[in-house]
Amino acid sequence: MLMDTPDETLAQAAAGGDRVAFATLVARHYDRIHGLAWRLTGIKAEAEDLAQDICAALPAKLRHWRGEARFTTWLYRVVVNAAHDLRRRQATRARASAGWGDWEIARQEEIAQAQAAQDWLMEAMARLSPELRDTVALVLGEEMTQAQAGEVLGVSEGTVAWRMSEVKKRLRAMAAEEAR
Amino acid sequence: MSDEFDPLEARLKAALKAAPSPEAEARDRALALAMENFDRLQASGAEARPKEDRPRRAGFFQGARSMMNFLTSRPALAATTSVAALIVGVTVLLPVAENLTPPTTPKLAAPEAPDVPTSSVAEAGAPAEEKAGRVADPAPAKPADLVLEAAPAPAPEADMMPGAAGEARLAESDGDARARKEVPVGGAAPEAEAALADSGGAPDMYMVPAPSAVVAPMPAPEPMPYLEPNTEDYASAAANPVKITAEEPVSTFSTDIDTASYALVRSTLNMGVLPTPDQVRVEEMVNYFPYAYPAPEPGQAFRTTVSVMPTPWNPGTELVTIGLQGELPAMADRPALNLVFLIDTSGSMEDPNKLGLLKQSLALMLPELRPEDQVAIVTYAGSAGLVLPPTKAADRDTILAALDNLTAGGSTAGAEGLELAYRTAKTMQGEGEVSRILLATDGDFNVGVSDPEGLTSYVAKKREQDGTYLSVLGFGRGNLDDATMQALAQNGNGQAAYIDTLSEARKVLVDQLTGALFSIADDVKVQVEWNPGQIAEYRLIGYETRALKREDFNNDKVDAGEIGAGLQVTAIYEVTPVGSDAVLNDPLRYGTATATPAEGELGFLRLRWKAPGEDESQLIEQPITGQEPATTEARFAAAIAGFGQLLQGSVYLGKWSWDEAIDLALSARGDDPYGYRTEAITLMRLAQSLSK
Repeated sequence: MLMDTPDETLAQAAAGGDRVAFATLVARHYDRIHGLAWRLTGIKAEAEDLAQDICAALPAKLRHWRGEARFTTWLYRVVVNAAHDLRRRQATRARASAGWGDWEIARQEEIAQAQAAQDWLMEAMARLSPELRDTVALVLGEEMTQAQAGEVLGVSEGTVAWRMSEVKKRLRAMAAEEAR
Repeated sequence: MSDEFDPLEARLKAALKAAPSPEAEARDRALALAMENFDRLQASGAEARPKEDRPRRAGFFQGARSMMNFLTSRPALAATTSVAALIVGVTVLLPVAENLTPPTTPKLAAPEAPDVPTSSVAEAGAPAEEKAGRVADPAPAKPADLVLEAAPAPAPEADMMPGAAGEARLAESDGDARARKEVPVGGAAPEAEAALADSGGAPDMYMVPAPSAVVAPMPAPEPMPYLEPNTEDYASAAANPVKITAEEPVSTFSTDIDTASYALVRSTLNMGVLPTPDQVRVEEMVNYFPYAYPAPEPGQAFRTTVSVMPTPWNPGTELVTIGLQGELPAMADRPALNLVFLIDTSGSMEDPNKLGLLKQSLALMLPELRPEDQVAIVTYAGSAGLVLPPTKAADRDTILAALDNLTAGGSTAGAEGLELAYRTAKTMQGEGEVSRILLATDGDFNVGVSDPEGLTSYVAKKREQDGTYLSVLGFGRGNLDDATMQALAQNGNGQAAYIDTLSEARKVLVDQLTGALFSIADDVKVQVEWNPGQIAEYRLIGYETRALKREDFNNDKVDAGEIGAGLQVTAIYEVTPVGSDAVLNDPLRYGTATATPAEGELGFLRLRWKAPGEDESQLIEQPITGQEPATTEARFAAAIAGFGQLLQGSVYLGKWSWDEAIDLALSARGDDPYGYRTEAITLMRLAQSLSK
């Protein structure tokens, strides 16, 4: 029965202390959290850690959920912010590579994956600034509209549109280099 | 969501969609941890929600802030409302405040409306759509019961470790976010920080203590919702330390004509809050005030005035004040001026204290221009655009109409706008004319500047190539990127000023317009060599972000600050004479014996500067004899330096307090035709009350 309850209702109940509602909600969205975490970091281990950190923080964070936005939008925002935190920490640890640079390690782990496609993805993502990566992860990876992505990232729809056009520009530049 | 099919984009999409499926083990671990924290939170008693999350950009803090801004900009209101009442009243007054805010610009349809229309995001609660956004998804959501069973069982310690570590990291980052960021000289914020500011969201992870961590209570709510500190970014560096003359006799720095820090401090104090130390740059506070130094001899670009006086806060030391007075060329034959207003019209500017004040400020400035001067307006928001093509200042109506039509909306394409402004400035350039870009912004360069360092070097390059100067006017509070502003102005050989009131606009754009727009000396560097026989220790007060290497002094390739027509620059050293009780460092047991015996001069002052547009610098040298008399001007500068250091909580002030600072400023108020000094004394009194 709970499986059919909308997220928003569950979140409200969970915020109010309903344990079953919370369990349902987390179980339902873990894969979503993990998926976006991967798209934002590019490393499987990092994505798992990030997803776990978010799950751990979710009970407290849910208390601040006011139902102003759709639950998934809110959740995406939590993931994006957590990924930003992670990047910031990595930057302060003077690890110049922000996620995607560690691709080599990840590649060893996922040797079975479709190699060529992933290498290309690595290269493409490495060319994008963190803002553009976030935007791409949401718009292309999560198939959000530009308005939704803007809501998650806290920027306007116009900004998302501008960023996507910037992404295309960089992709074209990369394709042009490959052709050479 | 692309308009047209783009094969490259489609390829990227396909690659992104092929996310690896999560490990079942990791998933279980995360879910167990979630339940554990949930239970702990419930057990800890469900207090009221301690802090607002900010789901929308225009959230609680934003509202409170705009209300505070609104109130403080109207002294009558502010004066009748105590700070305490404001804090209590914030929640209640919020809707009223939103209505109070006079809409100087038409409200745009909010792009971040809370309800999302039909979406491709998985519909909540529909299991079939659980897979949306993923391709490989082997693990369907578990029934709730299963999770419940797994939850209470304590996971083995080893399994908990990643979680615990993660929590600690997240908690730490929360603290980080509240702490101010240290930005290196040059203001290039790390990329990740830019991303963070860009997201508009604070890293607001709320942590439940992990089992292995010390059990701590929930973080207390912020005592006062005055600002979102982590979206403002300040250029700051640790205060200059005391140097031992025998070890490092030479001190070198670049002049600084920015005044932004003082206006920021004023705006913060007027909000009823003490500024944080990194908002205070002492040299910018000192240089905010005009000083009546003697005018340069005819034919000289500027004149130095040195004065020596006992240090107000330390009887054992002396203050050496170095004042530079720029010449005021006859304005009748000043070159024609090309001004490009580069105006940020992004959504965040929609505030009477931002775009509204900006329009009024620029309108104030127009009558100061000469008919043959040219003005162009470039805006940047989403995409950059030329709003007003180059127009003679005589055609004031056209310019005013263009200003009036500006509305805020969209995001900030700062880099694009800057490029367009430089292109426009180049088309206006004529023989012997001066071109300057006036960048007006709230500092929200959120698009196109993934690389602040690249932007500043672009500005520096343009200054060299086209000779176009860049000045920055900051407006509003909240996401003021002080660090970027400072870096841009520094590299553009311009001034960074922060405009919080119309009177400040008047000071910067009317009273000191010639100084702000016409430079008389570029790359002004100051070097003082202290005589170890006279001076045991010295300390430069302020100028931390302007320090130069000793060898850079003679290197004409190294950029430094400019001095505007008729403006003054003041630098203050606190020096400890040899043999004074106030010497902080003990002599070295194995060190060399004191060098030259106490003879004459305290030190030797060297200045290098270039005439605008020239490549070779000129040198001015002058001994500091110690006989220079203290003037009212120097004493007021000392009072302001004391003010700044009190705000910074400087360790060098000893027991010197606000009362003494106020007395000193009062006694040295001098002429003060514009009332700036009187205002400073009022601010000192306000700071004194706030720090009690």
